[in-house]
Amino acid sequence: MEAINNLISGGGVEDVLFNVFAALTLLCGVLVIANPFSRSPVTSAMFLVLTIISMSGLFVLLHAFFLAAVQILVYAGAVMVLFLFVIMLLDLKEEARRNIKFFWLIGGLVSVGSIFAIFIKSLTHNYFEEFASSSKLPSPKLEGDTVALGKLLFTQYTLPFEIVSVLLLVAMVGVILLSKKKLE
Amino acid sequence: MHIGLQHYLAVSMLLFCLGLLGVILRRNLLVIYMSLELMLNAANLALVSFSRFNNKLDGQVLVFFIITVAAAEVAVGLALIVALYRKRQSAHVEDLTSMKL
Amino acid sequence: MKNEILPWLILFLPLFSAAAITLFTLRRKTVSSLISISAVVTGFVLTCLFLSANTFHPTVTETTVNWLTIGNLSIDFGLKLDALSLMMMLIVTGVGGAIHIYSYGYMHDDRSMARFFACMSLFTFSMLGIVLANNFVMMFIFWELVGVSSYLLIGFWFEKPSAGDAAKKAFITNRLGDFGFLLGILMVWSLLGSLNFGALNSIVTANSAALGCGATLAGLLIFCGAMGKSAQFPLHVWLPDAMEGPTPVSALIHAATMVAAGVYMLCRTFFLFEHSPEALHVIAYIGGFTALLAALMAIQQNDIKRIIAYSTLSQLGYMVMAVGLSGPTTAMFHLTTHAFFKALLFLSAGSVIIGMHHEQNIWQMGNLRKKMPLTFLTFFIGALALCGVPPFSGFYSKDAILALALEEKNYLLFGVALFVAALTTFYTFRLFFVVFFGQEKSKEASHAHESPLVITLPLVALAVLSVVGGFIGVTNFYGSQFGAKHASLTVMEQFTHPFHDVFPMACGIGAVVVGLFLAFKFYKNAATDPLPAKLGALARWMANRFYFDELYEATVIRFHDLLAQSSDWFDRWIIEGACIGLIRGGTDLSGRALRLVQTGNLQTYAFLFVFGVALLLYFVLVK
Repeated sequence: MEAINNLISGGGVEDVLFNVFAALTLLCGVLVIANPFSRSPVTSAMFLVLTIISMSGLFVLLHAFFLAAVQILVYAGAVMVLFLFVIMLLDLKEEARRNIKFFWLIGGLVSVGSIFAIFIKSLTHNYFEEFASSSKLPSPKLEGDTVALGKLLFTQYTLPFEIVSVLLLVAMVGVILLSKKKLE
Repeated sequence: MHIGLQHYLAVSMLLFCLGLLGVILRRNLLVIYMSLELMLNAANLALVSFSRFNNKLDGQVLVFFIITVAAAEVAVGLALIVALYRKRQSAHVEDLTSMKL
Repeated sequence: MKNEILPWLILFLPLFSAAAITLFTLRRKTVSSLISISAVVTGFVLTCLFLSANTFHPTVTETTVNWLTIGNLSIDFGLKLDALSLMMMLIVTGVGGAIHIYSYGYMHDDRSMARFFACMSLFTFSMLGIVLANNFVMMFIFWELVGVSSYLLIGFWFEKPSAGDAAKKAFITNRLGDFGFLLGILMVWSLLGSLNFGALNSIVTANSAALGCGATLAGLLIFCGAMGKSAQFPLHVWLPDAMEGPTPVSALIHAATMVAAGVYMLCRTFFLFEHSPEALHVIAYIGGFTALLAALMAIQQNDIKRIIAYSTLSQLGYMVMAVGLSGPTTAMFHLTTHAFFKALLFLSAGSVIIGMHHEQNIWQMGNLRKKMPLTFLTFFIGALALCGVPPFSGFYSKDAILALALEEKNYLLFGVALFVAALTTFYTFRLFFVVFFGQEKSKEASHAHESPLVITLPLVALAVLSVVGGFIGVTNFYGSQFGAKHASLTVMEQFTHPFHDVFPMACGIGAVVVGLFLAFKFYKNAATDPLPAKLGALARWMANRFYFDELYEATVIRFHDLLAQSSDWFDRWIIEGACIGLIRGGTDLSGRALRLVQTGNLQTYAFLFVFGVALLLYFVLVK
C-alpha cells in the first residue's frame, strides 16, 4: 500500500497511469457498444468487465481504495456474472448484423452530440474555473480509506444505508417471483 | 500537464456519451442494459472525482449507494428480460412494439 | 335563558325519528308510528318545560354555532328564542302532536304507514327549523326542506296520477315564490351586509333609511316567498290541489303549519317592512284580494276537503292582510287560533271521510249528526270558531283584524274583511248543513259510523283549544315581541277585550248572522245545490275557481313550453352540435395525429427523451 501510494503520488507516474487507465476505459467502452469484430453479447460483456476494472484503476488514482475494491467485487464479480449467466440462459445466437436505419444513426448522433456539446461548453465555462484552479493545488488531502467511509456510512448515512439494504431484499424477492415459470 | 478535475470529468463525460449512444443505437436488450451500466459508471467516476477534489467523503458514500442500487436494478432488469424472452422468444427491441396502439 | 340545550333537542328529535324510521323500521308500521309520535310529543313536553323553566317570560336570546364563513359573510346555524318562535314551537309540536296521534288511527290500514310517519317527522323537523332559524340562509334551507317534505306528503299516494301531479304543482309553484325569496335575501345582504335577523334589526332600527329605495323591492321579493308558501294570489293554485294528500297531511301542513310559515316569516322579518309603506300596502291588498277570491271559490265547491282548503286560503289572506296593515301581533294571533280550529276542521272532515268510506263529495252525505255525534260536535265547534262566533277563538282574532283595519283607516279592506267574514259563515254552514243535517243522500251516509278513540281524542283536544284559544294569553305573548302597544292582559280582560271597541265587533257579529241566515235559508234540508240556478254564470265561475288554472295553462305554461322548446333546440344544435361537436372533433383529430408519434419502439422513446434532456440542459446550463 505504502509503495503504491508513493508510486502514484510521485507526480509523473500518476499522470502516466491516468492516461493509461482513461484510454483503456474509453477504448473498452467503445468496444462494449460497437465491436467491429464480434456481434456477440458475450464479447460486449467481457469488454464491460475490462471497462470496469480499468475504471477501478481510476478510482485508485483518486484515492478511493474502498470503492475501487467494491467496484471490482460487485460489478466485475457479481453483476457481470449475472449478465453472462443470463446470456447463456437465453442462449442468444450471434445475431446477424442488421442494417441500422440511417435516420436512427443520424438522430442518435445528433442528440448525443448535442448533449456532448453542452457538456464541453459547461466544462470550459467560467464556474468551472474555480474547480480548475483548486485542482491545480499540489495534492488534495482527501483519503478515501475504508475506515473514514465506514464511519460516515454508519453515522450520518445510517438511514439510507438501512433503506438500501431493504431495497436489496425487495429486489431479491422480486427477482424470485419474476423468474418463476408461472405467476400464481 | 498536471492531472486535475477536468480530466476526470472529461473521461466521465465521454464514457457517459458512449453509453448513451449504445442505448440509442443498439437493438439488443442485453447490450442496451450494459450501456446503461456504462452510463452509471460514468456518473460514479464524476462523483468520486468531485469528492476527491472537494475534500468531502459524501460523494463516495453516494457512489457506494449507486453501486448497490445498480446491483438491485440489474437483478430485476435481467429477470424481466428473461421473463420477456420466455414470452416472446426475442430480446430484440424491434420485436417488442406492443406499446404501440 | 336556562336550559338552552332543550331547543336543540326539540329541533333534532324529529330528524332522528325520521332517520331511524327510514333506516331501520320501514317494515314495522307500529314501531315507526310510535317513534314519530313520541318524537313530536316529547318535543311538545320539552317545549313546555323550557317555557316554564324560563317562567313564561321569554327574553330574546340566540344560541348559535358558526356554520361557515366566506370572506366577510359568516353564517351561523343558530336558534332564535323569543316569544314568536316559542309560541310557534308550541303550535308545531302541540297541534302537530295531536295530528300525529290522529294519523295513527287514520293511516292504520295503509301499507306505507312507516314512510308516512318518516315524512311527517321530516316535515316537523323542517318546520321547527324555520321557526327557530336566526338568519335568512338557515331559514331558506329549512324553507326548502319544508317544500320537499310537503312534496313527499302530498304525493304520498303517488300511485294516483292526480296526487303526483298535485305534488309537483305544489312544489313548482312554491319554487316560483322561493326564487323571489332568494333574490330578496341576496338583496338584503348586499344592502345591509348581514343575514342575521337580530343584526339586521339593529341596523334597520339604528338607521331607518339603511335600505334606501331598495326597501320596497326587497320587501316585495321577500314577500314572494311568503306568497308561495302561504298560497297568496297569484300563487294560490297549488293549495286546493294539495288536498290529494292524506287528510292528516292537509291538517298539519296545509292548515296549521306550513302555509303559516309564510305569515310567520313576514312577522319574523317585519322590521324590514316597517319602513316601506308601499310594500305593506301591496301585501295588505294581496291578502285582502286572496281572502275574497278564495271565499268566493269556496261557495261552489263540493268536495269536503276542498271547501276547507279554500277556507284556509281565505284565512291566510286575512293573516297576510293583517301583516300588511302593520299588525304582526294580530296576524300571529289569527295564525295561532286558525291553527287550532282549522286543524280541528280538517281532522273532523277526515273523521267524516273515514266514516263515509272515503267519499268526499258533500252531496253524498247528510244527516251524519246522528251517526257521528262526537265528530259532529267537534266540527260544529270548529265551524263556530272559523266563523268567528263569540266566545270561540276565531272571534277574537278576526275581531282584532277588523279593528286593525279600522284603526289603520283602511275602509276598503275593512269592507272586504267584513264581506269575507259573511262569506266564510255562509260556506262553512253550507258545508255543515249539507253534511250533518237533512236526509242521507247515499247508502254510505246511512251506514256511516263514529271513528275510533285514537281519532276522536285529538279532535277533542283541538276542540278545547279552539274554544279557549282566544283568551288564554296568546296576544300577550306576541305583544311582548312586537312592541309595547299591547299591554299584558289578564284572562278576564282578554275575554272582554273586543267589547272595548264595539263597532268592529258588532259588524263582525252582524256578518256572521247574515251568513248564517243565508246558509240556513238555502241549505237547510237541501238535496241539491240551489245556488247555480240563482247565480248562473257567476256560480259556474266560482265552481271553476275563476278559471285560474286554465288561465295559467294558456299563458304561463304555454310560454314556458315555448321557452323550453327553444332552449332544447339551442342546447341540441348550438351547444351540443356546434360547441361540443367542434371541440370533440378537434380533440379527436389531434389525438389521431399525435398517435402517430407513438411507434411503440423503445429506442424512439429513448431518442426523444435524450433530445428533450438536451434541450433542457441547453436552457439550464448554456443560456
